[in-house]
Amino acid sequence: MSLWEFANPVKFIRLSGRLLPWVSGLTVICLAVGLIWGLFFTPEEARQGHIAKIIYIHVPLAMMAINAWGMMFVTSLIWLIRRHHVSVLAAKAAAPIGATFTLLAIITGAIWGAPTWGTPWVWDPRLTSFAVLLVFYFGYMALWAAIEDPDKAADLTSVLAMVGTVFAFLSRYAVNFWNQGLHQGASLSLDKEENVADVFYIPLLLSIAGFVLLFLALVLLRTQTEVRARRLRALMLREGANA
Amino acid sequence: MTRAVLMRELRLALRSGGGAGLGLVFFLIVILLIPFGVGPDETLLALIAPGTLWIAALLACLLSLDRIFQADYEDGTLDILTLSPMPLEGLVAIKGLAHWLTTGLPLVIAAPVLGLTLSLPAPAYGWLIASLLVGTPALSFLGTIGAALTVGVRRGGLLLSLLVLPLYIPTLIFGASVVTSAAEGQSVTTAFQLLGGITLFTLALAPFTAAATLRMQMR
Repeated sequence: MSLWEFANPVKFIRLSGRLLPWVSGLTVICLAVGLIWGLFFTPEEARQGHIAKIIYIHVPLAMMAINAWGMMFVTSLIWLIRRHHVSVLAAKAAAPIGATFTLLAIITGAIWGAPTWGTPWVWDPRLTSFAVLLVFYFGYMALWAAIEDPDKAADLTSVLAMVGTVFAFLSRYAVNFWNQGLHQGASLSLDKEENVADVFYIPLLLSIAGFVLLFLALVLLRTQTEVRARRLRALMLREGANA
Repeated sequence: MTRAVLMRELRLALRSGGGAGLGLVFFLIVILLIPFGVGPDETLLALIAPGTLWIAALLACLLSLDRIFQADYEDGTLDILTLSPMPLEGLVAIKGLAHWLTTGLPLVIAAPVLGLTLSLPAPAYGWLIASLLVGTPALSFLGTIGAALTVGVRRGGLLLSLLVLPLYIPTLIFGASVVTSAAEGQSVTTAFQLLGGITLFTLALAPFTAAATLRMQMR
Protein backbone atom coordinates (compact mmCIF):
# COMPACT_ATOMS: atom_id res chain seq x y z
CA MET A 1 0.00 0.00 0.00
CA SER A 2 1.57 3.26 -1.05
CA LEU A 3 0.49 6.84 -1.35
CA TRP A 4 0.36 6.52 -5.14
CA GLU A 5 -2.69 4.24 -4.86
CA PHE A 6 -4.81 7.32 -4.25
CA ALA A 7 -4.05 8.38 -7.79
CA ASN A 8 -6.89 5.97 -8.47
CA PRO A 9 -9.94 8.27 -8.46
CA VAL A 10 -12.23 5.63 -6.97
CA LYS A 11 -9.91 5.06 -4.03
CA PHE A 12 -9.45 8.78 -3.61
CA ILE A 13 -13.19 9.41 -3.51
CA ARG A 14 -13.65 6.62 -0.98
CA LEU A 15 -10.85 7.81 1.30
CA SER A 16 -11.66 11.50 1.04
CA GLY A 17 -15.34 10.77 1.65
CA ARG A 18 -14.36 9.02 4.86
CA LEU A 19 -11.92 11.77 5.91
CA LEU A 20 -14.06 14.77 5.09
CA PRO A 21 -16.48 14.67 8.07
CA TRP A 22 -13.56 14.36 10.49
CA VAL A 23 -11.56 17.14 8.88
CA SER A 24 -14.63 19.39 8.78
CA GLY A 25 -15.45 18.66 12.41
CA LEU A 26 -11.88 19.41 13.53
CA THR A 27 -11.96 22.60 11.45
CA VAL A 28 -15.05 23.83 13.26
CA ILE A 29 -13.60 22.96 16.67
CA CYS A 30 -10.21 24.55 16.05
CA LEU A 31 -11.63 27.69 14.46
CA ALA A 32 -14.32 28.10 17.11
CA VAL A 33 -11.96 27.63 20.06
CA GLY A 34 -9.08 29.57 18.50
CA LEU A 35 -11.12 32.53 17.33
CA ILE A 36 -13.38 32.84 20.39
CA TRP A 37 -10.38 32.52 22.70
CA GLY A 38 -8.34 34.93 20.59
CA LEU A 39 -11.04 37.53 20.05
CA PHE A 40 -12.71 37.57 23.48
CA PHE A 41 -10.40 36.08 26.09
CA THR A 42 -6.99 37.60 25.39
CA PRO A 43 -5.73 40.88 26.88
CA GLU A 44 -5.68 43.94 24.65
CA GLU A 45 -2.47 44.64 22.82
CA ALA A 46 -0.62 47.47 24.56
CA ARG A 47 -0.39 49.99 21.73
CA GLN A 48 -2.94 48.95 19.11
CA GLY A 49 -5.89 47.93 21.32
CA HIS A 50 -8.77 45.86 19.92
CA ILE A 51 -7.71 46.08 16.29
CA ALA A 52 -4.66 43.85 16.82
CA LYS A 53 -7.01 40.92 17.42
CA ILE A 54 -7.49 40.66 13.67
CA ILE A 55 -4.15 38.84 13.82
CA TYR A 56 -6.10 35.61 14.51
CA ILE A 57 -7.63 35.86 11.05
CA HIS A 58 -5.05 37.80 9.07
CA VAL A 59 -1.95 35.73 9.85
CA PRO A 60 -3.51 32.29 9.17
CA LEU A 61 -5.06 33.56 5.93
CA ALA A 62 -1.76 35.01 4.75
CA MET A 63 0.10 31.82 5.61
CA MET A 64 -2.39 29.63 3.78
CA ALA A 65 -2.45 31.98 0.78
CA ILE A 66 1.22 31.18 0.20
CA ASN A 67 1.01 27.53 1.26
CA ALA A 68 -1.85 26.91 -1.17
CA TRP A 69 0.40 27.97 -4.04
CA GLY A 70 3.12 25.73 -2.61
CA MET A 71 0.69 22.83 -2.62
CA MET A 72 -0.28 23.60 -6.22
CA PHE A 73 3.42 23.62 -7.14
CA VAL A 74 3.98 20.18 -5.61
CA THR A 75 0.83 18.57 -7.01
CA SER A 76 1.49 20.04 -10.47
CA LEU A 77 5.03 18.67 -10.34
CA ILE A 78 3.64 15.24 -9.43
CA TRP A 79 1.32 15.47 -12.45
CA LEU A 80 4.21 16.38 -14.76
CA ILE A 81 6.39 13.54 -13.46
CA ARG A 82 3.93 10.72 -12.79
CA ARG A 83 0.73 11.86 -14.53
CA HIS A 84 -1.64 11.30 -11.64
CA HIS A 85 -4.97 12.87 -12.48
CA VAL A 86 -6.09 13.34 -8.89
CA SER A 87 -2.92 15.29 -8.19
CA VAL A 88 -3.45 17.89 -10.88
CA LEU A 89 -7.17 18.09 -10.10
CA ALA A 90 -6.23 18.88 -6.51
CA ALA A 91 -4.09 21.74 -7.82
CA LYS A 92 -7.01 22.97 -9.90
CA ALA A 93 -9.28 22.70 -6.89
CA ALA A 94 -6.87 24.59 -4.64
CA ALA A 95 -6.46 27.62 -6.93
CA PRO A 96 -9.74 29.44 -6.22
CA ILE A 97 -9.32 28.74 -2.49
CA GLY A 98 -5.79 30.14 -2.57
CA ALA A 99 -6.95 33.18 -4.52
CA THR A 100 -9.77 33.80 -2.02
CA PHE A 101 -7.37 33.47 0.93
CA THR A 102 -4.96 35.89 -0.75
CA LEU A 103 -7.72 38.41 -1.35
CA LEU A 104 -9.01 38.04 2.22
CA ALA A 105 -5.48 38.42 3.60
CA ILE A 106 -5.15 41.68 1.66
CA ILE A 107 -8.58 42.88 2.86
CA THR A 108 -8.00 41.98 6.53
CA GLY A 109 -4.57 43.59 6.22
CA ALA A 110 -6.21 46.75 4.91
CA ILE A 111 -8.68 46.72 7.82
CA TRP A 112 -5.76 46.33 10.22
CA GLY A 113 -3.59 48.88 8.42
CA ALA A 114 -6.14 51.67 8.12
CA PRO A 115 -6.14 52.67 11.82
CA THR A 116 -2.59 51.56 12.75
CA TRP A 117 -0.57 52.68 9.71
CA GLY A 118 -3.05 55.39 8.77
CA THR A 119 -3.58 53.85 5.33
CA PRO A 120 -5.27 50.68 4.06
CA TRP A 121 -2.67 50.12 1.33
CA VAL A 122 1.00 50.97 0.89
CA TRP A 123 3.41 49.69 -1.75
CA ASP A 124 5.25 47.69 0.83
CA PRO A 125 7.14 44.55 -0.29
CA ARG A 126 4.84 42.14 1.53
CA LEU A 127 1.64 43.79 0.36
CA THR A 128 2.94 44.10 -3.18
CA SER A 129 3.99 40.47 -3.36
CA PHE A 130 0.52 39.43 -2.25
CA ALA A 131 -0.96 41.47 -5.07
CA VAL A 132 1.46 39.71 -7.43
CA LEU A 133 0.50 36.32 -5.99
CA LEU A 134 -3.16 37.12 -6.58
CA VAL A 135 -2.41 37.87 -10.24
CA PHE A 136 -0.61 34.53 -10.56
CA TYR A 137 -3.67 32.74 -9.13
CA PHE A 138 -5.91 34.55 -11.63
CA GLY A 139 -3.62 33.66 -14.52
CA TYR A 140 -3.57 30.00 -13.46
CA MET A 141 -7.36 29.83 -13.24
CA ALA A 142 -7.81 31.68 -16.53
CA LEU A 143 -5.54 29.19 -18.31
CA TRP A 144 -7.57 26.26 -16.92
CA ALA A 145 -10.74 27.91 -18.14
CA ALA A 146 -9.37 28.67 -21.60
CA ILE A 147 -8.35 25.16 -22.69
CA GLU A 148 -10.93 22.53 -23.49
CA ASP A 149 -8.90 19.33 -23.57
CA PRO A 150 -8.50 18.37 -19.88
CA ASP A 151 -5.13 16.64 -20.19
CA LYS A 152 -3.62 19.45 -22.22
CA ALA A 153 -5.03 22.00 -19.76
CA ALA A 154 -3.44 20.00 -16.93
CA ASP A 155 -0.07 19.99 -18.72
CA LEU A 156 -0.08 23.67 -19.53
CA THR A 157 -1.32 24.88 -16.15
CA SER A 158 1.33 22.71 -14.49
CA VAL A 159 4.02 24.43 -16.55
CA LEU A 160 2.52 27.76 -15.55
CA ALA A 161 2.61 26.71 -11.90
CA MET A 162 6.34 25.93 -12.23
CA VAL A 163 7.19 29.17 -14.05
CA GLY A 164 4.89 31.14 -11.76
CA THR A 165 6.60 29.78 -8.66
CA VAL A 166 10.03 30.84 -9.90
CA PHE A 167 8.85 34.31 -10.81
CA ALA A 168 6.72 34.77 -7.70
CA PHE A 169 9.90 34.13 -5.70
CA LEU A 170 11.94 36.45 -7.90
CA SER A 171 9.31 39.18 -7.57
CA ARG A 172 9.15 38.67 -3.82
CA TYR A 173 12.83 39.51 -3.46
CA ALA A 174 12.93 42.05 -6.29
CA VAL A 175 10.34 44.21 -4.53
CA ASN A 176 12.60 44.33 -1.47
CA PHE A 177 15.10 46.06 -3.69
CA TRP A 178 12.47 48.50 -4.90
CA ASN A 179 10.95 49.58 -1.60
CA GLN A 180 11.56 48.93 2.08
CA GLY A 181 8.29 48.54 3.87
CA LEU A 182 6.07 49.33 6.80
CA HIS A 183 4.98 45.74 7.48
CA GLN A 184 6.15 44.26 10.77
CA GLY A 185 8.39 41.21 10.78
CA ALA A 186 7.17 37.65 11.25
CA SER A 187 4.90 37.08 14.26
CA LEU A 188 5.87 33.44 14.54
CA SER A 189 9.09 31.59 14.16
CA LEU A 190 10.58 28.39 15.42
CA ASP A 191 13.30 30.08 17.45
CA LYS A 192 11.23 31.86 20.06
CA GLU A 193 13.20 35.14 20.03
CA GLU A 194 10.81 37.27 17.99
CA ASN A 195 7.56 35.49 18.84
CA VAL A 196 4.43 37.13 20.13
CA ALA A 197 3.79 36.65 23.86
CA ASP A 198 2.41 33.30 25.06
CA VAL A 199 -1.11 34.60 25.85
CA PHE A 200 -1.55 35.44 22.16
CA TYR A 201 0.51 32.55 20.90
CA ILE A 202 -1.69 29.57 21.79
CA PRO A 203 -4.99 30.91 20.39
CA LEU A 204 -3.06 32.01 17.30
CA LEU A 205 -1.67 28.50 16.83
CA LEU A 206 -5.20 27.11 17.22
CA SER A 207 -6.66 29.42 14.60
CA ILE A 208 -3.76 28.64 12.25
CA ALA A 209 -4.53 24.93 12.71
CA GLY A 210 -8.19 25.77 12.04
CA PHE A 211 -7.39 27.53 8.77
CA VAL A 212 -5.05 24.71 7.67
CA LEU A 213 -7.86 22.23 8.30
CA LEU A 214 -10.35 24.50 6.55
CA PHE A 215 -8.10 24.58 3.51
CA LEU A 216 -7.71 20.82 3.62
CA ALA A 217 -11.47 20.27 3.89
CA LEU A 218 -12.21 22.63 1.02
CA VAL A 219 -9.52 21.06 -1.18
CA LEU A 220 -10.85 17.55 -0.49
CA LEU A 221 -14.38 18.65 -1.28
CA ARG A 222 -13.46 20.52 -4.44
CA THR A 223 -11.18 17.73 -5.65
CA GLN A 224 -14.07 15.28 -5.25
CA THR A 225 -16.20 17.64 -7.32
CA GLU A 226 -13.50 17.85 -10.01
CA VAL A 227 -13.09 14.06 -10.13
CA ARG A 228 -16.85 13.60 -10.47
CA ALA A 229 -17.07 16.35 -13.11
CA ARG A 230 -14.34 14.57 -15.04
CA ARG A 231 -16.24 11.26 -14.81
CA LEU A 232 -19.47 12.96 -15.89
CA ARG A 233 -17.67 14.44 -18.87
CA ALA A 234 -16.34 11.02 -19.87
CA LEU A 235 -19.84 9.50 -19.56
CA MET A 236 -21.40 12.23 -21.65
CA LEU A 237 -18.73 11.85 -24.32
CA ARG A 238 -19.47 8.11 -24.45
CA GLU A 239 -23.22 8.74 -24.71
CA GLY A 240 -22.62 11.28 -27.43
CA ALA A 241 -20.52 8.78 -29.38
CA ASN A 242 -23.30 6.16 -29.24
CA ALA A 243 -26.08 8.49 -30.27
CA MET B 1 19.64 25.90 -40.94
CA THR B 2 19.77 28.36 -38.06
CA ARG B 3 20.33 31.20 -40.48
CA ALA B 4 17.57 30.07 -42.83
CA VAL B 5 15.02 29.94 -39.99
CA LEU B 6 16.12 33.32 -38.65
CA MET B 7 15.92 34.93 -42.10
CA ARG B 8 12.45 33.43 -42.58
CA GLU B 9 11.27 34.86 -39.27
CA LEU B 10 12.68 38.31 -40.05
CA ARG B 11 11.27 38.32 -43.58
CA LEU B 12 7.81 37.33 -42.33
CA ALA B 13 7.92 40.02 -39.66
CA LEU B 14 9.16 42.81 -41.91
CA ARG B 15 6.93 42.24 -44.93
CA SER B 16 3.49 43.79 -45.06
CA GLY B 17 1.13 42.39 -42.46
CA GLY B 18 4.01 41.18 -40.32
CA GLY B 19 3.46 43.95 -37.82
CA ALA B 20 7.10 44.66 -36.96
CA GLY B 21 6.61 48.42 -37.00
CA LEU B 22 3.42 48.32 -34.96
CA GLY B 23 5.17 47.87 -31.62
CA LEU B 24 7.28 50.93 -32.29
CA VAL B 25 4.26 53.06 -33.21
CA PHE B 26 2.46 51.78 -30.11
CA PHE B 27 5.46 52.82 -27.98
CA LEU B 28 5.29 56.30 -29.53
CA ILE B 29 1.56 56.65 -28.88
CA VAL B 30 1.76 55.52 -25.24
CA ILE B 31 4.51 58.06 -24.53
CA LEU B 32 2.47 60.70 -26.36
CA LEU B 33 -0.51 59.95 -24.11
CA ILE B 34 1.43 60.39 -20.86
CA PRO B 35 1.61 64.23 -20.90
CA PHE B 36 -2.12 64.34 -21.70
CA GLY B 37 -2.77 62.25 -18.62
CA VAL B 38 -0.44 63.83 -16.08
CA GLY B 39 -0.04 67.37 -17.51
CA PRO B 40 2.83 69.07 -19.32
CA ASP B 41 4.83 69.94 -16.17
CA GLU B 42 8.46 69.23 -17.06
CA THR B 43 9.73 68.42 -13.57
CA LEU B 44 6.94 65.90 -13.07
CA LEU B 45 7.54 64.35 -16.49
CA ALA B 46 11.28 64.11 -15.81
CA LEU B 47 10.50 62.38 -12.52
CA ILE B 48 8.27 59.72 -14.05
CA ALA B 49 10.13 59.41 -17.39
CA PRO B 50 12.28 56.35 -16.51
CA GLY B 51 9.38 54.22 -15.29
CA THR B 52 7.06 55.41 -18.05
CA LEU B 53 9.56 54.59 -20.79
CA TRP B 54 10.12 51.13 -19.35
CA ILE B 55 6.40 50.37 -18.94
CA ALA B 56 5.64 51.61 -22.47
CA ALA B 57 8.46 49.47 -23.88
CA LEU B 58 7.14 46.47 -21.98
CA LEU B 59 3.60 46.94 -23.32
CA ALA B 60 4.89 47.44 -26.86
CA CYS B 61 6.82 44.18 -26.54
CA LEU B 62 3.70 42.39 -25.33
CA LEU B 63 1.69 43.51 -28.34
CA SER B 64 3.35 41.25 -30.89
CA LEU B 65 3.97 38.19 -28.69
CA ASP B 66 0.99 36.21 -29.96
CA ARG B 67 2.55 36.25 -33.43
CA ILE B 68 5.54 34.19 -32.32
CA PHE B 69 3.94 30.76 -32.69
CA GLN B 70 0.27 31.32 -33.60
CA ALA B 71 0.47 31.50 -37.40
CA ASP B 72 3.00 28.66 -37.63
CA TYR B 73 0.81 26.54 -35.35
CA GLU B 74 -2.33 27.16 -37.36
CA ASP B 75 -0.94 26.43 -40.82
CA GLY B 76 1.12 23.41 -39.74
CA THR B 77 4.55 24.97 -40.23
CA LEU B 78 5.31 24.30 -36.59
CA ASP B 79 4.79 20.55 -37.08
CA ILE B 80 7.22 20.55 -39.98
CA LEU B 81 9.77 22.60 -38.05
CA THR B 82 9.43 20.14 -35.18
CA LEU B 83 10.31 17.28 -37.52
CA SER B 84 13.41 19.08 -38.79
CA PRO B 85 16.84 18.13 -37.40
CA MET B 86 16.97 21.37 -35.41
CA PRO B 87 15.95 20.86 -31.76
CA LEU B 88 12.73 22.62 -30.79
CA GLU B 89 14.63 24.53 -28.09
CA GLY B 90 16.85 26.04 -30.79
CA LEU B 91 13.82 26.99 -32.84
CA VAL B 92 12.27 28.74 -29.84
CA ALA B 93 15.51 30.61 -29.21
CA ILE B 94 15.63 31.76 -32.84
CA LYS B 95 12.02 32.88 -32.71
CA GLY B 96 12.72 34.75 -29.48
CA LEU B 97 15.75 36.39 -31.08
CA ALA B 98 13.74 37.34 -34.18
CA HIS B 99 11.03 38.84 -31.97
CA TRP B 100 13.65 40.87 -30.12
CA LEU B 101 15.30 42.05 -33.36
CA THR B 102 11.99 43.22 -34.81
CA THR B 103 10.36 44.55 -31.61
CA GLY B 104 12.88 45.07 -28.81
CA LEU B 105 15.76 46.56 -30.77
CA PRO B 106 13.69 49.31 -32.47
CA LEU B 107 12.39 50.27 -29.01
CA VAL B 108 15.94 50.60 -27.71
CA ILE B 109 16.76 52.94 -30.58
CA ALA B 110 13.57 55.00 -30.24
CA ALA B 111 13.63 55.28 -26.45
CA PRO B 112 16.22 58.12 -26.12
CA VAL B 113 14.28 60.29 -28.58
CA LEU B 114 11.09 59.76 -26.61
CA GLY B 115 13.06 60.34 -23.40
CA LEU B 116 13.87 63.78 -24.77
CA THR B 117 10.16 64.60 -25.08
CA LEU B 118 9.66 63.61 -21.43
CA SER B 119 12.65 65.78 -20.34
CA LEU B 120 14.61 62.78 -19.09
CA PRO B 121 17.66 64.15 -17.21
CA ALA B 122 20.91 64.09 -19.25
CA PRO B 123 22.92 61.51 -17.28
CA ALA B 124 20.16 58.90 -17.73
CA TYR B 125 20.27 58.52 -21.54
CA GLY B 126 23.21 56.15 -21.70
CA TRP B 127 21.76 53.96 -18.97
CA LEU B 128 18.31 54.06 -20.58
CA ILE B 129 19.78 52.57 -23.75
CA ALA B 130 21.95 50.12 -21.80
CA SER B 131 19.11 48.92 -19.55
CA LEU B 132 16.71 48.43 -22.46
CA LEU B 133 19.41 46.70 -24.49
CA VAL B 134 20.06 44.28 -21.64
CA GLY B 135 16.46 43.98 -20.41
CA THR B 136 14.30 43.67 -23.54
CA PRO B 137 15.71 40.25 -24.59
CA ALA B 138 14.28 38.91 -21.32
CA LEU B 139 10.89 40.34 -22.30
CA SER B 140 10.95 38.57 -25.68
CA PHE B 141 12.11 35.26 -24.23
CA LEU B 142 9.60 35.28 -21.36
CA GLY B 143 7.08 36.06 -24.07
CA THR B 144 7.91 32.81 -25.84
CA ILE B 145 6.71 30.92 -22.74
CA GLY B 146 3.43 32.84 -22.70
CA ALA B 147 3.01 32.47 -26.45
CA ALA B 148 3.64 28.71 -26.22
CA LEU B 149 1.10 28.36 -23.39
CA THR B 150 -1.66 30.16 -25.29
CA VAL B 151 -0.91 28.97 -28.81
CA GLY B 152 -4.02 26.82 -29.18
CA VAL B 153 -6.38 29.29 -27.52
CA ARG B 154 -8.69 31.25 -29.80
CA ARG B 155 -8.31 34.99 -29.24
CA GLY B 156 -5.67 34.24 -26.63
CA GLY B 157 -4.19 37.75 -26.68
CA LEU B 158 -5.78 38.90 -23.45
CA LEU B 159 -4.95 35.63 -21.69
CA LEU B 160 -1.38 35.97 -22.94
CA SER B 161 -1.09 39.42 -21.31
CA LEU B 162 -2.51 38.09 -18.06
CA LEU B 163 0.06 35.27 -18.02
CA VAL B 164 3.10 37.21 -19.20
CA LEU B 165 2.82 40.59 -17.47
CA PRO B 166 3.40 39.22 -13.93
CA LEU B 167 6.54 37.50 -15.25
CA TYR B 168 7.82 40.91 -16.37
CA ILE B 169 7.79 42.38 -12.84
CA PRO B 170 11.42 41.63 -11.84
CA THR B 171 12.75 42.90 -15.19
CA LEU B 172 10.69 46.07 -14.87
CA ILE B 173 11.80 46.69 -11.29
CA PHE B 174 15.50 46.44 -12.08
CA GLY B 175 15.30 48.06 -15.52
CA ALA B 176 13.41 51.13 -14.33
CA SER B 177 15.56 51.28 -11.23
CA VAL B 178 18.73 51.54 -13.36
CA VAL B 179 17.35 54.54 -15.24
CA THR B 180 15.91 56.23 -12.14
CA SER B 181 19.19 55.88 -10.24
CA ALA B 182 21.11 57.22 -13.23
CA ALA B 183 18.74 60.19 -13.49
CA GLU B 184 19.29 60.96 -9.80
CA GLY B 185 23.04 60.60 -10.20
CA GLN B 186 23.31 57.51 -7.99
CA SER B 187 25.20 54.30 -8.56
CA VAL B 188 23.45 51.90 -10.92
CA THR B 189 25.81 48.93 -10.59
CA THR B 190 23.68 46.66 -8.38
CA ALA B 191 20.44 47.14 -10.29
CA PHE B 192 22.21 46.75 -13.63
CA GLN B 193 23.90 43.53 -12.56
CA LEU B 194 20.62 42.12 -11.27
CA LEU B 195 18.90 43.10 -14.53
CA GLY B 196 21.63 41.30 -16.46
CA GLY B 197 21.23 38.31 -14.17
CA ILE B 198 17.48 38.11 -14.80
CA THR B 199 18.06 38.32 -18.54
CA LEU B 200 20.75 35.62 -18.59
CA PHE B 201 18.57 33.39 -16.41
CA THR B 202 15.64 33.87 -18.79
CA LEU B 203 17.71 33.37 -21.94
CA ALA B 204 19.07 30.13 -20.52
CA LEU B 205 15.80 28.58 -19.33
CA ALA B 206 12.94 30.06 -21.38
CA PRO B 207 13.73 28.10 -24.60
CA PHE B 208 13.55 24.80 -22.69
CA THR B 209 10.28 25.75 -20.97
CA ALA B 210 8.64 27.05 -24.13
CA ALA B 211 9.81 24.03 -26.16
CA ALA B 212 8.45 21.63 -23.54
CA THR B 213 5.16 23.53 -23.64
CA LEU B 214 5.00 23.36 -27.43
CA ARG B 215 5.54 19.60 -27.28
CA MET B 216 2.55 19.38 -24.92
CA GLN B 217 0.52 21.48 -27.36
CA MET B 218 1.30 19.13 -30.24
CA ARG B 219 0.97 15.89 -28.31
